[in-house]
Amino acid sequence: MTAATGTTAAAGEAAVALTDVDVAFRLADGGVFRAVHNASLSVADGEFVAIVGPTGCGKSTLLNIAAGLLAPAAGSANIFGSPLADLNRQAGYLFQADSLFPWKTALENVAIGLEVAGVAQAEARARAREWLGKVGLGAFGDRYPHMLSGGQRKRVGLAQVLIRDPKILLMDEPFGPLDAQTRQIMGNLLLDLWSADRKAVLFVTHDLEEAIALSDRVVIMSAGPSSRIIGDWRVTLPRPRDISEVKLDPAFHELHREIWQMLKDEVVKGYTQAESK
Amino acid sequence: MSRITLVTLQVLVAVVSLLLWHVLTTYPIFGRMILPPFFFSNPFDVAKQIVAWFASGVIWKHLYVTLVEATLAFIIGSIGGIVVGFWFARQPRTAAVFDPYVKMANALPRVVLAPIFTLWLGLGIWSKVALGVTLVFFIVFFNVYQGIKEVSPTVLANARMLGMNERQLMRHVYWPSALSWMFSSLHTSVGFAVVGAVVGEYLGAAAGLGYLIQQAEGVFDVAGVFAGMFVLAAFVIVIDMLVTVVEKRLLVWRPNTGDARP
Repeated sequence: MTAATGTTAAAGEAAVALTDVDVAFRLADGGVFRAVHNASLSVADGEFVAIVGPTGCGKSTLLNIAAGLLAPAAGSANIFGSPLADLNRQAGYLFQADSLFPWKTALENVAIGLEVAGVAQAEARARAREWLGKVGLGAFGDRYPHMLSGGQRKRVGLAQVLIRDPKILLMDEPFGPLDAQTRQIMGNLLLDLWSADRKAVLFVTHDLEEAIALSDRVVIMSAGPSSRIIGDWRVTLPRPRDISEVKLDPAFHELHREIWQMLKDEVVKGYTQAESK
Repeated sequence: MSRITLVTLQVLVAVVSLLLWHVLTTYPIFGRMILPPFFFSNPFDVAKQIVAWFASGVIWKHLYVTLVEATLAFIIGSIGGIVVGFWFARQPRTAAVFDPYVKMANALPRVVLAPIFTLWLGLGIWSKVALGVTLVFFIVFFNVYQGIKEVSPTVLANARMLGMNERQLMRHVYWPSALSWMFSSLHTSVGFAVVGAVVGEYLGAAAGLGYLIQQAEGVFDVAGVFAGMFVLAAFVIVIDMLVTVVEKRLLVWRPNTGDARP
């Protein structure tokens, strides 16, 4: 196995491995703001990991490191064993804010990822139509994003990312702006699509219930600045799961209470810091 | 307000204005003519002049010349604005170097350039086209520049994560965004193309609506001046309606097409 070093997807290699990552931003007044300090996190291939933490703790920052959109000030990011130098080509990223191209229809939005990769337009559109069907928007292909509801836009976004079949899925509070019912439906849809071919998922959220219901592991970050990873829980609830049902499971409550004990303090810290700013 | 009431009221405004104009220029009030006909003409003379122009067909030549000048000014100015807008937006250093000169050139009242253009390009259509270009260019340039700068960072990050290279970003992200800004200023830039043409003609030409107005003014033919203004106004409204149609087609993807962008 010596030759395997540096190749992608070597057996047993973590899909995402962040080691002692520091993230710092230069401030307008010349100072330096250290958002994340000494964070280490690894996501195995096929594993669904949720990052939970108080607002402003640098969860999204960590995700951007894994995506290659941001370079760490210190530490290293490895994707399937190779250090990440540029954008992470093996990852799909679902953003929190609206990220669809407003000048493209839903169908064009989904097809674009294939088209830029050199797939012929007719084939890309045919597959995009298939994916729109999978996310339940088969009849909405010719709508522009502004004609879709928030939940529908998220579905298009999901199809847009998944059609490229990335090995890693990065999600930044993707269902944050949606109402409670829609979130649950979207969560089930995500689990459905994910169980078809298990990708490594890094899912950022501030909602602990959502995190436990979806993931295999829940990682807790401390309040920022200089936030660290302070907890790592394995979720052993059986799959396939239904989000509304799994929340009735006693094991779910047990885990929730346990994690919340730790998270509560950090959330309070996060709020006091935000208020004293 | 229903559509019928609206149109009725709009027509009413025209009727009242014309009536006032007619009365004040024809009948003395308290022994005094409030609007002397020599300076204000009257609606009937103006209408007669317009009818005469269309009946004899002379007007078509002038309309055609103005239309050609405005169209050329719009096309050349837009192309220039798009190219430079893209160039500056993608090369912030170049933009920073040229910034004071761009502001200076844009602040310059364009009318003062007209004599120069006449000297350089003669009395034909090109001196008017050049004047129109200097007006259209800046509007298109600023909008394209803004359109590229204002691309949502999330959309841009998404595009990159979807695997777009620089050329594909240009085609699928920057270009549509810049065009949407440019189209939203279409009314202004088309209007300015016409302004450039007419002002250029007014300052020295052999044909065109501006020339027509200037000729009438030269012989104190006030009815001719007003008639020229009305034809020009109608011409601009027709062009504006065409622009609206084009805009509606091009910007289907945007909410509330046709609304002015802030």
